[in-house]
Amino acid sequence: MTADSVTFIFLNAAIVNNFVLAMFLGICPFLGVSAKRETAWSMGLAVIFVMLVSSICAYGINWMLTEFEIEYLRLICYIAVIASAVQLVEMTMKKYSPALFRALGIFLPLITTNCAILGVALFQTSREYSFMQSIAFSLGAGVGFTIALMLMAGMRQQLELAKVPSISQGAAMTLMLAGLLSLAFMGFAGLGSQHG
Amino acid sequence: MNQEGINQAAVDPGLTYRMLRTLGLVATLSGLLVVLSYRVTLPIIEENKRLAIERALFKVIPGAVMRRDFVITDEGIQRAQQDLEGTTLYAGYNQEGRLKGVALEAAAAGYQDVIRILYGYDPYCQCIRGIEVLKMTETPGIGDKIARDADFQQNFIALEARPHVSGQGLEHAIVPVKHGTKSEPWQIDAISGATISSKAIARMLNDSSQWVVPIIQQHLAVVEAGALNIDDDQRDGPEASLLRVEESRYAHTP
Amino acid sequence: MPTLPNTQEPVTLDTFLRGLWEENPVFVMLLGMCPVLAVSNSAINALAMGLASTFVLVASNSLVSLLRHFIPKQVRIATYIIIIATFVTMVDYAIQAISLDLYNALGAFIQLIVVNCMILGRAEAYASKQPLGATIINGLGIGAGFTLALLSLGAVREILGAGSLFGIALFGDNFQPWVVMILPPGGFFVLGAWLLIFAWVRQHRQQRLDQEGVPQHDS
Repeated sequence: MTADSVTFIFLNAAIVNNFVLAMFLGICPFLGVSAKRETAWSMGLAVIFVMLVSSICAYGINWMLTEFEIEYLRLICYIAVIASAVQLVEMTMKKYSPALFRALGIFLPLITTNCAILGVALFQTSREYSFMQSIAFSLGAGVGFTIALMLMAGMRQQLELAKVPSISQGAAMTLMLAGLLSLAFMGFAGLGSQHG
Repeated sequence: MNQEGINQAAVDPGLTYRMLRTLGLVATLSGLLVVLSYRVTLPIIEENKRLAIERALFKVIPGAVMRRDFVITDEGIQRAQQDLEGTTLYAGYNQEGRLKGVALEAAAAGYQDVIRILYGYDPYCQCIRGIEVLKMTETPGIGDKIARDADFQQNFIALEARPHVSGQGLEHAIVPVKHGTKSEPWQIDAISGATISSKAIARMLNDSSQWVVPIIQQHLAVVEAGALNIDDDQRDGPEASLLRVEESRYAHTP
Repeated sequence: MPTLPNTQEPVTLDTFLRGLWEENPVFVMLLGMCPVLAVSNSAINALAMGLASTFVLVASNSLVSLLRHFIPKQVRIATYIIIIATFVTMVDYAIQAISLDLYNALGAFIQLIVVNCMILGRAEAYASKQPLGATIINGLGIGAGFTLALLSLGAVREILGAGSLFGIALFGDNFQPWVVMILPPGGFFVLGAWLLIFAWVRQHRQQRLDQEGVPQHDS
C-alpha cells in the first residue's frame, strides 16, 4: 500500500487517524448520542451517508470554485451544501423510517454543526485528494466515527450498571473513557505503511 | 426552509418577499466582506508563503541566496509558468548566479501519518545536501527527532545519490541502516527508537531521487541558465526578486 | 442551567461574568468541544484559537443583533450560518497574513469555528433577542470563558507534555516530558479531569447551600 492509495486512505481515516479519537472531530454527537447502542448505530449510519454526499459535493464545488478563481467562497459553499445534505437525510428518514427519525430527535439537524462532516470536506480539499481518494476518505471517516460511537455506547451501557462516583457521571466519565479508547487506538499507528 | 415556513408563506405572501430580501441582503453583505478581506490580505499572504519556501530552500541548498522555480514535465525541465503541470523543482543560485543546487518535495507514510519533506540535491557533488521536514505528525520526542536531532541531520550533509551509468536510477539505492552502523555514503543512520520514521525518510529520498536525479543531470543546462535574465512576463511575479546577471559574469564550471 | 432572558435586560457586569463561570461554554454547557481538545496541545495555539473564536462570536452576534428585527423566523438559521461563515473566512485570511506558522499549527480548526455550536447557539438564544450593547458584552464574556477553558487545557498539556509554557522552557534538561499529554488521549484525560473538578466544586457549593437552608436536624 502506498501512501496515497485508496485502501491506505480508508484505513487511515477509519482507524489509524480515527476522526473522533485522534483528530477530535465530532465530539459533540460523540458525547451526546453514545449512551445507547441503537441510537449510536443509527447516528453512525446517518453520518456515513451525509459525509459521503458532502464529500462528493465538496469535490465538485471546489473544482468549480478553482475554475472561476473564487476560492474565498469555499467555506460558505461547503456549509450550505452540508446543511442541504442533512435536510435531505432528514426528509428521507421521516418518510421511510419515522421511528428512527423520532429516536434521533434533535441530533439529526445537529449533524449540520458536526465538525466531522465539515472536517471531511476541508481535509480532502487541503490534501488535494482525487475523486476516488475523497470517496475513500469520507467512507473511512464515517466508518471510523461509527466504530468509535459503537464502542463508546457499548462501554457506557455496561457502566450504567456499575457504581460510579457522582461527580464523574456524565461527560467527565465519557471523556476519560474516550481517552482510554484513544490510547488503545494509538496502537494502530503504522498500519498500512511499508516496512522497508 | 421547513414545511411550516412554506405553509406560512402560502398564507402570507409578504413573507416570501421578506425571506428572499433578507437572504439576498445578507448574501451580498457577506460577499462584500469576504472579497474585501481576501483582497487586502492576499499580498501579505503571498509574501509570507514566499518567505517560508525560501527559508526551507536556502537551508537545504547551502550557499543559495536566489531562487528560480522549474517544473519537471514529460519533455524535461522547463521554467515554471501559470498553467504548467508537473513536479515543482526549485533551483538555488548564489549571488553571482551560479547554480548551487536544486530542491524538491518528497513524501511517504511515517509512523502516524504522511511525512513531507523538502530535500536539496547538488548536481555537482551528486549528493543530497540537506532535508527540511515540512509536515509531520510523528510522536513528539521520539519520531519528531527526524526534524530536530543533530546526529540524524548529519546523514544529509553529503548523502550520495549518484546516477547509474545506464542513465536510469541511482548507482546505489539510498537505504536506512541500524543506528551506528553507517559505513557507506549512501546509507542513512536511523534514529534508535524511531526506526519507522527514519525508514520513511530513507524511502521517500530513495524513491524520489531514483527518478529525478537522472532527469536533473540530463537537463542541467536549463537549470543552470535559470539565473540569467528575467522573462518579461515574469517581471512582476515573485521571480522579480531575482537580480539580473550579466551573461559575461556567468561562467559554468562542471 | 440558568434560564435565558426573553425580555431585554439591563447590561450589568454580570452579563459579562456569566460567560466565565455559570455559563462557561466548555465546562458547563459542553459546547465547542472539538477545537478545545484539538488545539490545546500548546498554550499559544489555545490562546490564538480562543481569540479567533471570540472575534467571530462577538462580530457575528453583533450583526445578528443589529438585524434581529429584519430576519424572518423561518430563515434565521440559514442567515446566522452565512454570517458566521463570513466572519470565519475573514479570520482565516487574517491569521494566514499574521503568521503562517500559527496557521499551519491550527490547521483546519480555524475554519471549523463556523460549526462551533457555542456561536450558533448564542446567536439563536441571545443575540436574536437582545440589543447590540448587551450582545457585545455577553459575547465578550462567553468568548473569555471559552478562551479561559482553552488556556487551562493548553497550559496543563504543554507544561506536562513538553515542559514549557508559551514556548518558554520551564524545567531543566532532566525533565522527562509526559508525552501522552500532548497526544490525543491527553486531551481527553485533561478535559475530563477539569470537568471532574468543576463538578466537585459545584457539588460542594450545592451541599453548603443545602446545609445553610435546612433547619438543624438531629444527626
